[in-house]
Amino acid sequence: MNTSESEARLRVSTALREQGEKVADRWVQLQSEQAILETGITEAELNEEADSLVEALLAGLETDIPVQDVVTTHPGLRRAVTDLSMRRARGGATPTATSPTILALKEALLEAVQSDTRDVTALYHAALFINRLLDTAGAMSFEIYVEGREEIIRRQSRQLLEVSTPVVRIWDRVLAVPLIGTLDTTRTQVVMENLLEAIERDEAQVAIIDITGVPTVDTAVAHHLMQTVNAVRLMGADCVISGIRPPIAQIIAQLGIDLSAILTRATLADALAAAIPLLTDQPAHQSPFADVR
Amino acid sequence: MSGARSGVPILRLGDVLVTGLLNELDDKAAIAFTEELTERIVGDRARAVLIDISRLEIIDSFVARTLMELTTTARLLGARVIVAGMRPAVAITLVELGLELSGVETTLNAEQGMMALGWQPASRPPKGGPVVPLR
Repeated sequence: MNTSESEARLRVSTALREQGEKVADRWVQLQSEQAILETGITEAELNEEADSLVEALLAGLETDIPVQDVVTTHPGLRRAVTDLSMRRARGGATPTATSPTILALKEALLEAVQSDTRDVTALYHAALFINRLLDTAGAMSFEIYVEGREEIIRRQSRQLLEVSTPVVRIWDRVLAVPLIGTLDTTRTQVVMENLLEAIERDEAQVAIIDITGVPTVDTAVAHHLMQTVNAVRLMGADCVISGIRPPIAQIIAQLGIDLSAILTRATLADALAAAIPLLTDQPAHQSPFADVR
Repeated sequence: MSGARSGVPILRLGDVLVTGLLNELDDKAAIAFTEELTERIVGDRARAVLIDISRLEIIDSFVARTLMELTTTARLLGARVIVAGMRPAVAITLVELGLELSGVETTLNAEQGMMALGWQPASRPPKGGPVVPLR
């Protein structure tokens, strides 16, 4: 660390220690001026966020970690930047709005140093120092922002997976699975597991797979359907596919997909009507004491 | 009478042979089981075989093939084969391996397998008797 840098570091940390409050306020003010935040973050939250970041920045500068690594290695500072970016990401702020947040801090910090000294060289070094310090923070905040968004996407697709595959009991020993959305390998797996477990639990004899909500059927989707039907059959239950809309039926015919081994019906109602005769006439799980009661 | 070679018991109920597979069936035992069962079908003049596999957590491709071959063999000897009680995980694995046991009859459990063969629970009134009371 050369002298001009350590001098600049001292100058910045002094400014932070003495005028931390002012820097934080100015930063918040700059952010609202630039109208960076159209999202639901309140001014109070913003103030709190600014205070904790400025504090962490000071704590980071008082260690002897080199300037380019302070943001990424100092735990408190890292957490402050992470929190800030995460909050932006969850609030739905755009990335172009998130990075100026960090960059606005540069300006606030420099103004604080400026009120302390008028020496041009010192100011130049301080500016250089602040740049190096906060550029890494900017880069990191962007990275975390992207991570935060991806986390949201992952969580949503997981939720979608769980939500979109209910198994409904629509008649004694008849189950229905209304499929909604495209049927890919993961979905098939989830549907199959849910359905087979429900068949085992309810001792169901017929499973109806309703594909009204499936936008299109290609060879891959058909393959997945066949797999599910075969698994149901292996469990000892029958399978009916319903909800094949006219355009879908045409596509299936044009692609030459062979669904002839599967019982198919146009609507769920027709499928249920077809399912009931498939039931053996006595419920298998009927308790021997039912007649006594 | 008992399965000495494969260690799998085979019971006779009228003209139906009832047996169950356990997890530890290796290739040798599977072959022995097939031979034994085939002989019993002829010896006992069985018309149907019920194989309960509800204890099986895993079916490898060999056992799957054995089941399919057994079905074909039994059919040649004039007997039906019903595989009962397959677990969901087993069904999924088999389907993913592309082993769909085509031609093999399956039922949800042994009871339904027996009912498919025309057996009636003793406590139940015969067909044409009073209907199950509504609840």
